[in-house]
Amino acid sequence: MDAKMDESGGTAHTDTLSSTAPFAKPDICPNPHHPDRPDAAYPTPPIAVPARLALTGTGTAKPGGQRRVTEPLLSIDGLTKAYPGVVANEDVSFDIHAGEVHALLGENGAGKSTLVKMIYGLVKPDSGTMHLHGSPFAPSEPSDARRHGVAMVFQHFSLFDALTVAENVALGMETPPPMRTLAARIREVSETYGLPLDPGRTVGDLSAGERQRVEIIRCLLQDPRLLIMDEPTSVLTPQEVAILFKTLQKLTSEGVAILYISHKLEEIRTLCNRATVLRRGRNVGTCDPAQTTAHAMAEMMVGSAFETPARRDTKTGAPRLTLDALSVRAPSAFGTALRDVSLTLHAGEILGIGGVAGNGQDELLAALSGELPVTPDALRLDDKPIGRLPPQARRDLGLFAAPEERLGHAAAPEMSLTENSLLTGATKQNLSNRGFLNWPRAQSFAEKVIAAFDVRTPGPNTAARALSGGNLQKFVIGREMAHDPEALIVNQPTWGVDAAAAAFIRQALMDLAAKGAAILVISQDLDELMQISDRFAALNAGRLSDIHPTADLTTEQVGLMMGGAHDMEVAHV
Amino acid sequence: MDLSAIDPTLLLASLIVASTPILLAALGELVVERAGVLNLGVEGMMITGAICGFAIAVNTGSPVIGFVAAAFGGAILSLLFALLTQFALANQVASGLALTLFGLGLSALLGQGYQGIKPPPTRSLDIPVLSDIPVLGPILFSHDLMVYLALALVAAVWAMLKYTRAGLILRAVGENHDAAHALGYKVVRVRLLAILFGGACAGLGGAYLSLVRVPQWTEGMTAGSGWIALALVVFASWKAGRVLLGAWLFGGISVLQLNLQPTGIPIPVEYLSMSPYLITILVLVIMSGDKSRAPGSLGRTFHASQ
Repeated sequence: MDAKMDESGGTAHTDTLSSTAPFAKPDICPNPHHPDRPDAAYPTPPIAVPARLALTGTGTAKPGGQRRVTEPLLSIDGLTKAYPGVVANEDVSFDIHAGEVHALLGENGAGKSTLVKMIYGLVKPDSGTMHLHGSPFAPSEPSDARRHGVAMVFQHFSLFDALTVAENVALGMETPPPMRTLAARIREVSETYGLPLDPGRTVGDLSAGERQRVEIIRCLLQDPRLLIMDEPTSVLTPQEVAILFKTLQKLTSEGVAILYISHKLEEIRTLCNRATVLRRGRNVGTCDPAQTTAHAMAEMMVGSAFETPARRDTKTGAPRLTLDALSVRAPSAFGTALRDVSLTLHAGEILGIGGVAGNGQDELLAALSGELPVTPDALRLDDKPIGRLPPQARRDLGLFAAPEERLGHAAAPEMSLTENSLLTGATKQNLSNRGFLNWPRAQSFAEKVIAAFDVRTPGPNTAARALSGGNLQKFVIGREMAHDPEALIVNQPTWGVDAAAAAFIRQALMDLAAKGAAILVISQDLDELMQISDRFAALNAGRLSDIHPTADLTTEQVGLMMGGAHDMEVAHV
Repeated sequence: MDLSAIDPTLLLASLIVASTPILLAALGELVVERAGVLNLGVEGMMITGAICGFAIAVNTGSPVIGFVAAAFGGAILSLLFALLTQFALANQVASGLALTLFGLGLSALLGQGYQGIKPPPTRSLDIPVLSDIPVLGPILFSHDLMVYLALALVAAVWAMLKYTRAGLILRAVGENHDAAHALGYKVVRVRLLAILFGGACAGLGGAYLSLVRVPQWTEGMTAGSGWIALALVVFASWKAGRVLLGAWLFGGISVLQLNLQPTGIPIPVEYLSMSPYLITILVLVIMSGDKSRAPGSLGRTFHASQ
């Protein structure tokens, strides 16, 4: 595992995501102009072009890496945008060149979205200028930006479920051709870029990856010079990510510039030529992602050093939660059936369950949390059959769960944090008495969670939907942890969460295990599982692989486990 | 029981007349709902159109000017709804209900002094040759202009939604207003126009009641047609063709049960009176069993927040 990681990512990296060694200071400074002040703001447009060429000329085979840069495609100079109460962007300046993948990094709320919305004409800057091909560029609306060759793929897909692929594409174009011509063009372009799509299908029936293809094709049909991608991989499987990267490389080789927003630092390191980091609305530096460790970039984003979760010595205790040939029928037409899943979760350990999305992760969580009842004996907590018990009864026994979708599943979006605490904690924390709610207690419980997990929010009466993803995730997980669970099941604990919050959550999980709780972490982030789990297994088509100690695993073995090769010895040959 | 008193030709001809008011109102509401707005004020807009059309037609002596005025009246009332829901971001359900109550009260006020008056007659077209065809002539070719206008509107709305870019944008706005906004479409403007169109259609439907179908003015004369139009849109799965079918079904059974009442058929009158509502809803519920569904943003308030 470690050997493979180092090979793929250079030699000197000690990054947040894959390291098992204690945190080491990065040897390459994120900000070459101020080696001892990594968070110093840039007074002038960032990094000189020759420096970039020198840095990228170190043999990285990347799209556009060898491209000669003359004048910038888009240069942004001193953009400022303030909303009542918050400055979203302050004096942001940087350049994007043709043929490069330029990453825009920053924590949630750092102003990335506002910045790209200004480039795309959705938001007007308060001050500052932009130049496209050397001439002033101030799009008044998105169609204006599209006419100038700027296209955007949105984070939350801007698609219309009830309409067909072709209709969706037509809506994103200025002067769409007749539907039949358009359908032919969609087929042609989608084949060219390796993103096959049927123009006649209804978008609501497509998978997340296919939906993103629709957005990308919609952009490509207008021959963009600059393609903005807002968190494009957050909903994709690893295979789909690979396909996307190939497409992007093809585009950059044709001279298209890509402005790429992402949280996934490893992804940026493999894909991007340059990265501009925003913090609290300001540009705090530009770096070459290939030469900068993920940890260093994460620190630039956060503005301060943060601890990489420290690996602890596991003292595995008695078995807590036992799954014995647990089988669940697929709950819906798009679900996955679980087949004969057996495992034993011990006190004090973290068991990581990996696998590609849609292989039974959601069903496993639902079976364990009590949303899907199973046969009584298939699930035992401290040797007590609990398979038939509903969620509340399981919580009373000390089994807590935090599902993947934080808004709508783990938390009710329109309800306040106090009310959301009541939903799962009412009985365990004595927040209600004979059917009447004890509001002061509920509020102080919510405040306790907010304080313990450093949730940034105005207060416990804020609606859940008003919190950023990372903060809500900290709250949702913290709410369950605050009950001192005997056993805790979490699904995708750090999905779509910024690096600092992710590190915090992982550390909290490990601390909880150290206190003797049994923890099952379901995640599609392999690096995360390698980092925090003691034992690892993978789900494939609803079946669980053999369980192995994480420390003994290599990347190849993990890949085979995820692919459904159950007998590791055979796989070695 | 004497069923021979019912003339099928006459029955079908009056079916088309009887269905026109709710057809117009439902068609307008269909466009409004496809744009993602739920306007429950159809009844209020219909009756406002009914009195506006009636009063202007009586005063000018021209039913055509009356119909134009009815469309204006309905549209102006719907503008009130649009201001409340699209600019003041008020709740659509509450605003729609208020619009109905307001329209009923306003029409009663405007209608003072118009009770018991006969409006100028709306002449039927009597297309030469065609209207002389036996059976088909009286059924299809002997109606007034509004009947044909309503039918043409069905075709126009269907084609507009299916084949034109404007229709695509309208559907997009109704399906996902956030996405439409992100792509740069003017959500509020599209919805404002749709609401005005819906108001005008409801006004025309109301005027058809007071000028042709009844024809006279009485308070509360729409008697729930606006609600039937609303239900029709939902059960017709937001499809123009099915709205026409539903309107005909409703109109047909209304006329049929009226004709059945004097024949002494051994069914209590109460059951006959409820039959149009019951059968129309039943048939459309069965038909809406396919996978079609409401526009995604229907009834949701849109605010272009960052």
